[in-house]
Amino acid sequence: MIPALIVFAYLGVVLYIGIFAFRGRSGSAEEYFLAGRSLGPAVFLLSLFGTNMTAFTILGSAGHAFANGIVTFSLMASASALVIPLTLFFIGTRLWALGKRHGFMTPVQMFRDRWECGHIGTAIFAVQAALLVPYIIIGVMGGGTALRGISGGVIPYWLGGAIVALVVMSYVFFGGMRGTAFVNTFQTVLFLSFGAIALIVIGRGMGGFPQTMESLLASPDTAPLLTRERISPWYYFSYTFIPLSTIAFPHIAIFCLTARRMAQFKRTVIFYPLCIMAIWLPCVFLGVAANSLRDVPKIEQKLEARAALAALPPTAPAEERAALRRQAAGDDVVLVMLETFAPLWLAGLLGAGIMAAVMASDSQILALSTMFTEDVFAYYEGTAKFGERVQVHTGRLFVVLLTVVAYAIAMRAPQGIFELAVQYAFSGYAALSPLLVAALFWRGSTKWGALAVTLWVAFAVAYTSQVPGALAWFGLLPVVPMTLISCALMIVVSLATPKPSAVTIDRYIAAR
Amino acid sequence: MTSNRLLLSAAIAALYLLHQDVWFWREARPLVFGFLPIGLAYHGLYCLAVAALMWVLTRVAWPAHLESAAPGGPEDHSR
Repeated sequence: MIPALIVFAYLGVVLYIGIFAFRGRSGSAEEYFLAGRSLGPAVFLLSLFGTNMTAFTILGSAGHAFANGIVTFSLMASASALVIPLTLFFIGTRLWALGKRHGFMTPVQMFRDRWECGHIGTAIFAVQAALLVPYIIIGVMGGGTALRGISGGVIPYWLGGAIVALVVMSYVFFGGMRGTAFVNTFQTVLFLSFGAIALIVIGRGMGGFPQTMESLLASPDTAPLLTRERISPWYYFSYTFIPLSTIAFPHIAIFCLTARRMAQFKRTVIFYPLCIMAIWLPCVFLGVAANSLRDVPKIEQKLEARAALAALPPTAPAEERAALRRQAAGDDVVLVMLETFAPLWLAGLLGAGIMAAVMASDSQILALSTMFTEDVFAYYEGTAKFGERVQVHTGRLFVVLLTVVAYAIAMRAPQGIFELAVQYAFSGYAALSPLLVAALFWRGSTKWGALAVTLWVAFAVAYTSQVPGALAWFGLLPVVPMTLISCALMIVVSLATPKPSAVTIDRYIAAR
Repeated sequence: MTSNRLLLSAAIAALYLLHQDVWFWREARPLVFGFLPIGLAYHGLYCLAVAALMWVLTRVAWPAHLESAAPGGPEDHSR
């Protein structure tokens, strides 16, 4: 129960930081939704990084590495280490400048202005919002699972989910962007400490890593985990498209508008790859090293399930395969290693680090609230009729409604469905990224090109989620054809349709 | 395109290609520091190289004109 108490203390601290960050601030929409565009350099870097880290970063990455080996790091971490800072450098800075100059608070506001359109912007809003909802539901589910695990089953799943949802809702409701950013900063410091401490404690407990690696290399079953021989280079290559999704996520694009000065992007883009390395490298390494712990019963059971899965004939029933896959899943290997090698109080502190990762849905809830109030409420004259205070109240009410609906769905639906939906959402946002590139860098782009991309992405996400293996051409992930077709549609449709006025285009891209 | 821009574009393209390190595809050894498989150590180093590239980009190709055109920047004459 000690770890659960430490986690509750952590939740109390988070609540305090989130709620009191907003105290004494003006009640304007810009202050509530964008922290008054005034975040300082450290909060901007740490919070932006924390916003992009989810439960998958700590638990899922170790679980993926447990099953697939060191390839997890280069597939998901080092590819992001290059692509995300580049998109922040080229796109994030431009979004910041346009937001500052024209007062934009969401990407859709910018698209509407750039392409002189109204309802097409609403269509983009609808697709962006639909792709974001599964993340919020997954956040509630992750909270329930993590609190149940950390308390040793004393806190049931429904209560754990409710506690986490209530804490997140409270600080987003009261603290807005400023509260969310401060909480994310605190959480990122916890993430960064988590990896290093876990590595040292577990390494000592295992009797040193050199010996562990030699034992893995000595077995033909585990030696391939230390190479990438089980993965095709094409499949590996296609993973470099996934991080394009980051800048297209509304909560990341909106966060780019919160910096006080553009210079704050400088440190962010330099330190981002280092932060990725500091968090992912220990988690992936520990996930791989867990394969040597055959004397730990929970891990031995997973390894046996994996061997049984590999030996199953292709004709085996799908239920049997699914059951073995669940048993072999390694999402909790880091927790098991901590349970085995760390003292109770440290396991509690590290549990708080894991909760920090699980509670990453705050930015997405706030982003959806911002999008709803700006792209729908304000756009369709709500603010003009009722005033800015009502707009902020509407945003807060939306936060409550969204959390309640997400909780209700999370308690009823099976987790697998939403985990899958999140995977498709990554591809969907990556395929939406040409919208930003075209709006900011191509004078020839048009609203009809944007509409074609939006409809294509909506169709492709629905299609790939219904038809297994769809669009996985030449052994590539579906994200590659989805993104390339988006680019082609933007070019072809824009060339065939009328452009916005030259005055509008000049405000975005200087004529050469 | 200026020679600086050309060099930086080439550096970005080179780093993107270096991510596809087929030369360490089937190798686990040498174990760097005695425990890090070479494929993992390479990508750890890769992250450091990206940070260095980003540092160079912020020094040489920083889009300062965007900031100066924003309200409150040097080119803002609205107040």
